[in-house]
Amino acid sequence: MTGTLLDIKDLLIEADIEGEWKPIVHRLSMTLDRGEIIGLIGESGAGKSTFGLSALGYTKPGCRIVSGSIMLNGMELVGKPDSGLRSIRGNKVAYVAQSAAASFNPAHTLFEQFAESPVQHGKMSAEEARASCVELFRQLHLPEPELIGNRYPHQVSGGQLQRAMTAMALGSSPDIIVFDEPTTALDVTTQIEVLGAIKEAVKAHQVAAIYISHDLAVVAQMADRIMVLRYGDLIEEGKASDLLSDPQEEYTRQLLNVRSERARKNQDREENIQLHIENISARYPGMTFNVLEDINIKVVRGRTVAIVGESGSGKSTLARVITGLLPPDRGSIKFNGDLLTAELKTRPVNALQSIQMIYQMADVAMNPRHRVKEIIGRPLEFYLGMKPEARDTRVFELLRQIELPEEFSERYPAQLSGGEKQRVCIARALAANPDLIICDEVTSALDQLVAEGILDLLLNLQKKLDVSYLFITHDIATVKAIADEIVVMHQGRVVEQGGKEAILSPPFAPYTELLLSSVPEMEPGWLDDLVSRRKKGEAPTADSIGT
Amino acid sequence: MNNTLPIIILKRLTMGLFILFGVSILITVGVEALAGDVCSAVLGQAASPETVAACQAQLGLNQPVYVRYLDWLFNVVQGDFGTSLANKREVSELLSKRMGNTFYLATAAAIFAVPLGIFLGVVAALYRNSALDHAISSSTLAAISSPEFFVGYILMAIFAVSNNWFPAISDVESAAGFWSRLYVSALPIMTLTLVTVAHMMRMTRASIVNLLASPYIEMAKLKGMKPSRIIIKHALPNAWAPIIQVVVLNLGYMVVGCVVIEVVFVYPGLGALTVESVMLRDLPIVQGTAMVFATVYVVLFLVADILSMLANPRLRYRK
Repeated sequence: MTGTLLDIKDLLIEADIEGEWKPIVHRLSMTLDRGEIIGLIGESGAGKSTFGLSALGYTKPGCRIVSGSIMLNGMELVGKPDSGLRSIRGNKVAYVAQSAAASFNPAHTLFEQFAESPVQHGKMSAEEARASCVELFRQLHLPEPELIGNRYPHQVSGGQLQRAMTAMALGSSPDIIVFDEPTTALDVTTQIEVLGAIKEAVKAHQVAAIYISHDLAVVAQMADRIMVLRYGDLIEEGKASDLLSDPQEEYTRQLLNVRSERARKNQDREENIQLHIENISARYPGMTFNVLEDINIKVVRGRTVAIVGESGSGKSTLARVITGLLPPDRGSIKFNGDLLTAELKTRPVNALQSIQMIYQMADVAMNPRHRVKEIIGRPLEFYLGMKPEARDTRVFELLRQIELPEEFSERYPAQLSGGEKQRVCIARALAANPDLIICDEVTSALDQLVAEGILDLLLNLQKKLDVSYLFITHDIATVKAIADEIVVMHQGRVVEQGGKEAILSPPFAPYTELLLSSVPEMEPGWLDDLVSRRKKGEAPTADSIGT
Repeated sequence: MNNTLPIIILKRLTMGLFILFGVSILITVGVEALAGDVCSAVLGQAASPETVAACQAQLGLNQPVYVRYLDWLFNVVQGDFGTSLANKREVSELLSKRMGNTFYLATAAAIFAVPLGIFLGVVAALYRNSALDHAISSSTLAAISSPEFFVGYILMAIFAVSNNWFPAISDVESAAGFWSRLYVSALPIMTLTLVTVAHMMRMTRASIVNLLASPYIEMAKLKGMKPSRIIIKHALPNAWAPIIQVVVLNLGYMVVGCVVIEVVFVYPGLGALTVESVMLRDLPIVQGTAMVFATVYVVLFLVADILSMLANPRLRYRK
């Protein structure tokens, strides 16, 4: 199985940016052999998705292919009519999207969606498709492969959906699969399982793949060759192992360094407890079991406590309890020594003011019809009663603090990038002069360099303003960068807590070790090694600790 | 869902009772605010004050309004809607006959208008921004923008006066058999269809187009699916909730909106009855028709909410 399968030459793609056609992929070329996996890596805006999708002859709405050629098995895709392209998509070239949860149609079962490509392209009958579906679900280690296809997407977990989507892509035996950040939306422990399953299946089916990611460590596990892209240009291309061990370009080195840990001085402080959570248990209305069980956490003024755990561990529920959105069943919350009432409605305004939140999805946390100055100005008006002129001055000051130019005050959220939106959310939280900011996965929707910038900003602000953070995340790398203390949560309980050094150095608690060992590392072969060690029982797995 | 659904229905029906109660008060106050009463309306301007006063005493109209209202309410709770002030006939008997006619008209219009509205919406979404889309959008818009009596008279001019294809007066009372009944009510059905189809078409189009930016639609495109399949199989099933709401709103309108149309086509339904009774200040009948109209809305919206729930697999199948 050799020979060039896909040959893209001098591809120029333009996007309609505010009414002007601007190039976003600058005459890039790529060749892909049968059975080969090529990794496309870069930050958001690097053009990697746009370039990867061109293998299906597809451009996102608002984009167009201007010139160049895409030869698939000797067939030119550029300029091919839609009907011709349809017979290729989902048939010869399949796609696995970033968020399986959003990319599966909520109205149809997994099986119906699996069968669509092979049946509509005339490759299989519905019965054959069902048999092949069960077989592929089994290969991808989905539980109950005979039955899970009858479920609707919302009845299946995120990691399982992503595997089902890979199965769906393999369903019509394509020559190429384009993986567009397939594990970015998953937490680290799930990511490993999905990556392992994808790699196995791709190998078994001898299918070529284009693997798009912003995470170099993930690409290192998957790809034979890597292309590093930035602003639509090729920075560097080479064999995966060469590129990682000996990067030629400064930018690649930078990407490699992002993951490396940053040490931070841990100055001692007198016990000045700001937030004291005592024996909190909570459940959602109508649930029979507790989502949080007997949680005790202290947050000291001006320090950062990171709450780590995989999705479903109760981290975000804890944030809802602290903010009063979900009254707990038992336990108490003290803030600056005063008892906080359980319900948001009954809390005095100054208690609301002193605890602010920043959310994971900055774009849904802002009113799209409000300008930045209204978004930041609202807490100034509500909590501090500022008049319009004073408000404007303060908004400018806050914009300077979050390192954005004053002109941004007139913009709407849609005119901001992901990182800028999150900065505006930080400014909005700061506007209330809070003592404590709860950061709920604030960097997990951002790519690494942008996330890095946000973390730096948060640390600088903490130094200047002496504000405390309760930092909720599933990403150990973020924890290493920002936390003073760590609370590890699993299934609604605190399994370990203490200073960062103590938690992150051996001996580990079993669950902490699982989390730590799931963070992808750069060495190629790390994934295979880990998966095989886990199979042999040498490394902890989700099952071995009773997940 | 299995145990929450009866609770929802019960809650909504209780709320419906409060709505009916509120409507009955509004109607009483409204009719009371009109000048004159049933006696002056029936006896005419020439009647002497003494005759009018005697008439009022006989009908109990000299009692204060709240006494009459409470009387009425007391009887209604026991299932007695009273008698017409003008001709002493049982309100329930009068209503049931007219109700049948109006529901016939509304149902017939719905059978045409709902599928047509959804079909046009799907077609417009499929060929969005094309000449066909613009043609559908602008012609349906034109139809709702004109008042319904105007639409009615235009249709009458074309189909009854110029061409004599359909009767201008819908005398369903003397029409026997399914086809002749449909034939005499053709023009009111057409009018109702024209004035309601646009809402449904536009909501169908908008809900579908709204979903076209969803990742699962892009996924379907990247699976090589045809545009028609993407719209019908991938977008439409997720667009049902808003479409159902608009369809139901329009079904309600078909029943209530008949007030004007029935007058135009002299169709013997609830709407015509309402208008006559308001003219005569015949409060028990006005109350009765208002109760029917309000009940129709309460029940239809309950049905809409249940259907929207059933259309959503997240609510149909729990985790």
